[in-house]
Amino acid sequence: MAPVIDTLRLTAEEAATLLEGGEVSAGELRAAYLDAIAERDPQLHCFLKTVDESEGDGVPIALKDVISTKGVETTAGSKILSGYVPVFDSTVAARCKDAGLQLLGKTNTDEFAMGSSTENSAFGPSRNPWDPTRVPGGSGGGSAAAVTAGMAPWALGSDTGGSIKQPSALCGNVGLRPTYGSVSRYGIVAFASSLDQVGPVAKTVRDAALLYSIIAGRDRCDSTTAELPEPVRLPEGDSLAGLRIGVPTELNEAEGIEPGVREAVRKAIELAEGLGAEVGECSLPRSVRYGLPCYYLIAPAEASSNLSRYDGVRFGIRAEGESYQELVERTRDEGFGDEPKRRIMLGTYALSAGYYDAFYGQAQKVRTLIIDEHREAFDRFDVLACPTSPTVAFPIGERAADPLAMYASDLLTIPSCLAGLPGLSIPCGLSDRLPVGLQLIGPQFGENLLFRVGHALEEAIGFDTVPLRWRTRSDPVRGQIPARVGSDPTGLTPEETV
Amino acid sequence: MSGLSLTLTQFPMAISREEVLHVAGLAWLALTAEEVDRLTGELDKILDAVGIVAELDLADVPPTSHPLDLVNVWEEDVPRDSLALEDVLASAPEPENGLFRVPTWRQ
Repeated sequence: MAPVIDTLRLTAEEAATLLEGGEVSAGELRAAYLDAIAERDPQLHCFLKTVDESEGDGVPIALKDVISTKGVETTAGSKILSGYVPVFDSTVAARCKDAGLQLLGKTNTDEFAMGSSTENSAFGPSRNPWDPTRVPGGSGGGSAAAVTAGMAPWALGSDTGGSIKQPSALCGNVGLRPTYGSVSRYGIVAFASSLDQVGPVAKTVRDAALLYSIIAGRDRCDSTTAELPEPVRLPEGDSLAGLRIGVPTELNEAEGIEPGVREAVRKAIELAEGLGAEVGECSLPRSVRYGLPCYYLIAPAEASSNLSRYDGVRFGIRAEGESYQELVERTRDEGFGDEPKRRIMLGTYALSAGYYDAFYGQAQKVRTLIIDEHREAFDRFDVLACPTSPTVAFPIGERAADPLAMYASDLLTIPSCLAGLPGLSIPCGLSDRLPVGLQLIGPQFGENLLFRVGHALEEAIGFDTVPLRWRTRSDPVRGQIPARVGSDPTGLTPEETV
Repeated sequence: MSGLSLTLTQFPMAISREEVLHVAGLAWLALTAEEVDRLTGELDKILDAVGIVAELDLADVPPTSHPLDLVNVWEEDVPRDSLALEDVLASAPEPENGLFRVPTWRQ
């Protein structure tokens, strides 16, 4: 008889142990996740495509649909790429394959990773497993929601201004945006090349570290990658003795941060103090005031250049046209959704003659200020802490008609992205019965430090990653295979059983 | 929400419908009339919000194009197999005789 596998609770590390011990086969493990997808994805819509068969006999994985997978359709959530089947693997997909990971499928994303809710996907939004009337965040909402819903033990996302960290915060799991340059972008559908990074989404910090160790490191196909200065260490232990945590005032007290979010983050920082960390205030005034405007000049400018390759000639959809120009212009108008068009227009304008210095050039200088401010903060502190998202998951439709309100979702994640710094989001509690993410920002290539702090705090917080509506009276031990469990810091009782 | 909701008058940046059409031409987008109208309003608001970067005097600040200090590295020039032609054309909307077929350039 096949074993019962509780995919809602099983971590990737535990799954690997089960496989190594021969307690489950690779096929049984895969089947358990495909069953979970069949059961929950009709409601949550995390997958744009599932894969029936895959190479590999290791732990399954889901990949955001901006990650090229040889022979498996890759659309980046855009109609313009519908039907596009890559003829080569991205480096990260190849590294996952080399590590034996089985591909489960491709996850939903805002079109070209432009958005904070997945509502910009040409194929319809994903939904938050904690409350399906709400967004899972974005752009990598499909990956984040799939991990929380037990439809994949872990997943890869991509992050330009918050697209890994913010969905992880809204879905109550762990997301790492690595240091710029630590993970190859070869074969990733490009959005803004001076910002894009690929990174892991997982249930635990150790899983995130493990997956990061599989994908990170220099790649000769991506000249912006660097060798990691030290090997990835899986975090252990709970002491934060000697660690200096900086709490940037502006990132913790910005207008628009919900009181429940602020409170959950404050408690997590107190817990860190209890584990031996020294906590002090610091300031990043210009990073917060000018970060979002700077980002919304640089990212669209780079996007307008990257998206110029979609012309209906070599791949993707093609519109009819009497001339070459008409064919390209119509293909782009029909193929791109509203948000990519908005950003192409904004970026083209910011780069155009007469406006370049005032907009793009000025934004690049602001970026220097933001880098300098962060560097000064890291002279005094080892890591910085603040909320990942100003709010918990918001209702589907709430910000869809207001681009500026949607852009503000990334207010707190953007500054460190502009500085090229790594950021880890871990769940730190609930507000309005929805998860709150704590953002830990590290110095360049400070991933090991983030893993250590994130792991110690995760143990101390004891957040239960299973959404309230899916918890049962028999939790925390459910099914025949024991899994890692934690106490629920909220004291809430399950309201429903499945 | 904070940040982008700020309005700044020192950097007036009203964008006209004509400018939107000009930019759409640069970006190779055949926008519909409805899209042009909507984008004119949206871009105006967004430019107003992001335009606050102009309030900083940054004459002496160098620009950042890339957040990582990288030095050039040299690789041996080793020939590798390239993609097979049939693979390259596999996703093309209209391949013909090993080429991408397109209509003629508008004169």
